[in-house]
Amino acid sequence: MKSLAELKAIKEKMKDKVILREGANDVRVVVGMATCGIAAGARPVLNTLVEEVNAGGLSDKVTVSQTGCIGICQFEPVVEVFEAGKEKVTYVKMTPEKAKRVVEEHLKGGKVIGEYTLGGQNL
Amino acid sequence: MIRSHVLICGGTGCTSSGSKKVQEEFRKNIESLGLADEVKLVQTGCFGLCALGPVVIIHPEGTFYSRVKPEDVKEIVEEHLLKGRIVERLVYNDTGAEEVVGNVALGDTAFYKSQNRVVLRNCGVINPESIDEYIAMDGYAALGKVLTEWKPEDVIKCVTDSGLRGRGGGGFPTGFKWSLCAPNKAPQKYVVCNADEGDPGAFMDRSVLEGDPHCIIEAMAIAGYAIGATKGYVYVRAEYPIAVSRLQKAIDQAREYGLLGKNIFDSGFDFDLEIRLGAGAFVCGEETALMTSIEGNRGEPRPRPPYPAVKGLYNSPTVENNVETFANIPQIILRGPEWFASMGTEKSKGTKVFALGGKIKHTGLVEIPMGTTLRTIIEDIGGGIPNGKKFKAAQTGGPSGGCIPASLMDTEVDYDNLTAIGCMMGSGGLIVMDEDNCMVDMAKFFLEFTVDESCGKCTPCRVGTRRLLEILEKITKGNGTLEDLDRLEELCMYIKQNSLCGLGQTAPNPVLATLRFFRDEYIAHVTDKKCPAGVCKDLLTFTIDKDKCIGCGQCARNCPVNTIHKTDYVAEGHKLPSYEIDPSACVKCGACMANCKFKAISKQ
Repeated sequence: MKSLAELKAIKEKMKDKVILREGANDVRVVVGMATCGIAAGARPVLNTLVEEVNAGGLSDKVTVSQTGCIGICQFEPVVEVFEAGKEKVTYVKMTPEKAKRVVEEHLKGGKVIGEYTLGGQNL
Repeated sequence: MIRSHVLICGGTGCTSSGSKKVQEEFRKNIESLGLADEVKLVQTGCFGLCALGPVVIIHPEGTFYSRVKPEDVKEIVEEHLLKGRIVERLVYNDTGAEEVVGNVALGDTAFYKSQNRVVLRNCGVINPESIDEYIAMDGYAALGKVLTEWKPEDVIKCVTDSGLRGRGGGGFPTGFKWSLCAPNKAPQKYVVCNADEGDPGAFMDRSVLEGDPHCIIEAMAIAGYAIGATKGYVYVRAEYPIAVSRLQKAIDQAREYGLLGKNIFDSGFDFDLEIRLGAGAFVCGEETALMTSIEGNRGEPRPRPPYPAVKGLYNSPTVENNVETFANIPQIILRGPEWFASMGTEKSKGTKVFALGGKIKHTGLVEIPMGTTLRTIIEDIGGGIPNGKKFKAAQTGGPSGGCIPASLMDTEVDYDNLTAIGCMMGSGGLIVMDEDNCMVDMAKFFLEFTVDESCGKCTPCRVGTRRLLEILEKITKGNGTLEDLDRLEELCMYIKQNSLCGLGQTAPNPVLATLRFFRDEYIAHVTDKKCPAGVCKDLLTFTIDKDKCIGCGQCARNCPVNTIHKTDYVAEGHKLPSYEIDPSACVKCGACMANCKFKAISKQ
């Protein structure tokens, strides 16, 4: 080790790998991963969310986590976004592509994508 | 992409309750469900709640699973990791609710809430065998800062200003110790880490070495820079195999990264470390005996002065600190002396790690700010005394310490308060005793330990502790007199004043403390020939209540010495004659009492 820069480089490289353990962040993105969710394709959605959140440098603000059945199985895969002080947003019938848009526009841009939410569906 | 981390405790406590098997099961199940790319398994150091091991924590939820058995693992992997459903039956519950509903994170438990983890900050969080994870948690940043920006005097000033005092027991100011050594000129100086943790019941040094070995390496290098030493030794007990192997791995990794060796951070500073194994002699925890042992000689203390700062290891100027003391150093450098001094009491700054043991629900390791009351430690963090028993005393400082009775439970625990009540911080072992513990027997237990461990070099300790033990044995056998109590006190004072090293100077403390706070128990042994707690066998008599005895004969059948016989007496309402114990042959094993279903047998 010859310089502080070298040490810092290792720290930056490793930071994403341990940040998961620092406890929940302000923003929690929860994917429904019960049998219904998995059958409808929740796994690729979850993986896309994790990848995009990390790639977008959001890992110190956003925690991606999973939960069981939310109870609206016909709308799976379901993704919920919890943010302190804001109303919960529920996205339904998610796909990896939609997940990318959620990270880009909602988590980064702060704009809820109305057409993906439960309220945006034609019930 | 990893979305979840499974942390499994690999400390000595959890390893002995089977965490290796649990880890292996996790690996198998995660692989068979194809989750290996999404879930990372991490073996960590001690979480602190050893009583509930093996402990598993799953992030990002922080779910805290306790007492996980290998057969539970499949369910956790399938439910939690695959389907996101928390396995509530295995979640640790100390919220007082009947059943756990949902998630309980480690940080939510009463055990962790009142803690403030500085020394243990990485224990149970990082993989101790990965230098990269340590670096991710600001590891080696303090060493880098010191070597590139600070002068050695700045380091000493920073440590002095923080108010850090030696955590090995004595409480000597660390910065002052370093400043005594720094000006001494010599071709070679040394930094020594005392990891010869010998107090029965204390295991905080082991946990730090097992959970965060790199922080000791970093701190020793910083100390080396401050005092001008280029060589360090860690003296660790051979009885700590996991700690030794992890520390060796850490040293190898640090050398590979150039964080030990020549010209660290291109500053011209060289430092290297070696491990020396102790063979388990208690006296080698004393600083001069430890150095004698590193030199390859029989571990015996030598008179001071000269102090190690002048003539220590190989007659060269040496700084020796305890593991926990070193573990504070990098944080003090990074966060500043004011931050450290903001915790604790006026003369005792920072935090202290205690190893809770004995009659307490949460056996384990806790780190709290100095000045926390004993009541908070035992009742809130420790979960109180099990089985509804009453708290009697807490023993601190192991064989060198004293005890704190229930009446002083609101004492704020720091160096000076404990000394004021004739007790000692010691290394931080805290053994909790309830009404079933006899204080005379406790003093005898620790005396047996010091008699065994006395190195024999000086007479007050070698002969004096033996005589003390003989008087205590006499008392517990019911042959003591009131004069013996005075004789005990006199001898204690003599040993304290005349012994060569810390072992002898503190060995009488358990006797003095119990005599001071529990003299009534000594008097009961001497004048009434009774042991109030029912521990000292020679003073016990077992009797059968002839009116409660239904004459089933279970006691007689279970008596190993056949000293229970049938009588002619038949109690009213019973069909069979009752039994009685002939005390002449009774060995007081208690087998009769344990086997009586009718609670007809009592001991007094």
